[in-house]
Amino acid sequence: MTIAAKRGEQRTGVDLDETATLIRRSIIGMLERAGSGHSAGPLGMADLLTALYFHILRHDPKNPDWAERDIFLLSNGHTAPVLYAAMAHSGYFPVEELDTLRRYGSRLQGHPERGALPGLENTSGPLGSGLSQGAGCAYVLQHIDRDPKRFVYVMLGDGELNEGNVWEAAMFAGKYKLGQLVGIIDRNNIQIDGSTEDVMPLEDLRGKWESFGWHVLEVDGHNIRAIIDAVNMAKAVSYKPTVIIAHTIPGKGVGFMEYDFRWHGKAPSKAEASLALAGLHAAGGSESPS
Amino acid sequence: MSAYQLNPNVFSDDVEREPIRAGFGRGLVEAGIRDNRVVALCADLTDSTQMSLFKEAFPDRFIEVGVAEQNLVTVASGMALMGKIPFTSSYAAFSPGRNWEQIKTTAALNDQPVKIIGSHAGLNVGPDGATHQMLEDIALMRVMPNMVVIAPGDSVEAEKATIAVAVNAKPSYLRLARDKTPIFSSSAAPFEIGRAYVLREGSDVTLAGTGTMTYELLIAARILAEHGTDAEVLHVPTIKPLDESTILVSVRKTGRIVTAEEAQIAGGLGGAIAEFLGSALPRPILRCGVDDRYGESGTPRELLDAFALTGAHFADRVSAFISQHSSD
Repeated sequence: MTIAAKRGEQRTGVDLDETATLIRRSIIGMLERAGSGHSAGPLGMADLLTALYFHILRHDPKNPDWAERDIFLLSNGHTAPVLYAAMAHSGYFPVEELDTLRRYGSRLQGHPERGALPGLENTSGPLGSGLSQGAGCAYVLQHIDRDPKRFVYVMLGDGELNEGNVWEAAMFAGKYKLGQLVGIIDRNNIQIDGSTEDVMPLEDLRGKWESFGWHVLEVDGHNIRAIIDAVNMAKAVSYKPTVIIAHTIPGKGVGFMEYDFRWHGKAPSKAEASLALAGLHAAGGSESPS
Repeated sequence: MSAYQLNPNVFSDDVEREPIRAGFGRGLVEAGIRDNRVVALCADLTDSTQMSLFKEAFPDRFIEVGVAEQNLVTVASGMALMGKIPFTSSYAAFSPGRNWEQIKTTAALNDQPVKIIGSHAGLNVGPDGATHQMLEDIALMRVMPNMVVIAPGDSVEAEKATIAVAVNAKPSYLRLARDKTPIFSSSAAPFEIGRAYVLREGSDVTLAGTGTMTYELLIAARILAEHGTDAEVLHVPTIKPLDESTILVSVRKTGRIVTAEEAQIAGGLGGAIAEFLGSALPRPILRCGVDDRYGESGTPRELLDAFALTGAHFADRVSAFISQHSSD
């Protein structure tokens, strides 16, 4: 167990690494039952969303509209399973409801919709808009309502950075010095057509954000302590927005999915799910999937 | 029903003229005075969209986003999420021309009160040419669930429409024009979202216009009256939701309808009315506007003349339409 997990344990009463494993097990179970959806991204982001929902965010799942809450926006909406799993396990809705992912009549739509679930702040799926929305939220907090206590976190995919809308937001947040805005990039190096550097190179990624006026941090996206430390540092930098480039392994935790871009956009079969759950059981997390 | 209070000067040669966007500028200031949740965002066109008046009155609630229309509406969506009522302005060719998906996903799909102000719509942006003459916006926005679509007829009505969309709690599109156009309404004239108004009662044909075209229909009705045709003129500022009952009552009486808009007739006001009457009350319909082509450079008057969208042209077209459908 990491030091961060202990810190998290003190605050939330849960072990963060075990929670991340539980979330990964839920993701596998949801996707297998849904029969479609994205696997690699959600598994790779499980540690990031665990850090956010179980330690970083000021929020109250029993009072989702709490006026003093932090705002979390998922911009890469195709990774909805990890968001739904983190929200369910932190108490926004019953964990059993995860089984309804992508079904007719479900609150767990294929891509997230604002208002479909308590605490779900934004609609996303078409890529590139979340950072702008987050910038709008942070602008209101800093320059209109002047509320320095609340922060805005936006999760982005790296393939998503191909979208021009992201860089419009980057310029805007730089201009208005939105220190209450924290972008987190899931830097897993894959997108649908292959490796990000083959499809549309992003490097020098750090240099790009710095040139737009952002403070840039890089972390191991599977080290929950490092993630929490990076966010604390981001919050301490009040004079410019911060982007955290979180280096992750796509499919993290499921050996046969790791690093394989072919798992970006598909769900496991029943047999593959059993294999994945067996591996995740060995890694910790004692409860049943979902 | 009390009569619609037209500008008493409406048929005079020196009828007052003002750009429709000027009314928006005044209305936005008034909306800002009434509700401090109103904020305004502009994409580098603050003066020409007349958002400058709001910027002067409320500098802390005005946000310049630069030439970035996708960011314009998505930042506004974030502000709506924080409880604000954001008005976004640019030229209609760019917003909603460029950022339709962002409007759909981040404002309309979740029914957020983001206001899209598309200025310089239609042919009357003139010399700028086809790239800047937004003709597809009514169709684009009308097809979007939750979206309210309004094309005010003059600057006086634009002021009222702006104040109205500030309180309607819906994603809303206001279509504005650049050129000075005649003021046919008056401060006493009613404006309500979703209402169409009978400007002139008649029994031979219904003329239904939106935006700048309503004035031209009033002129056409006068010409037609001189030739013995009694036209009813409807002003339809709200294209969505459409005032179906007012249209139905009128067409039931006249038995035929002519629509007019400075926009593509496919999917525009003419499209909306044809769709409605096609199932509710099929009657002969002539849709006037731009028919599946782009505009080009010219003065606004030259272009309206070339596209047969003036009062005199409408009088001719309506006469031909009536004789064509009288022999049926």
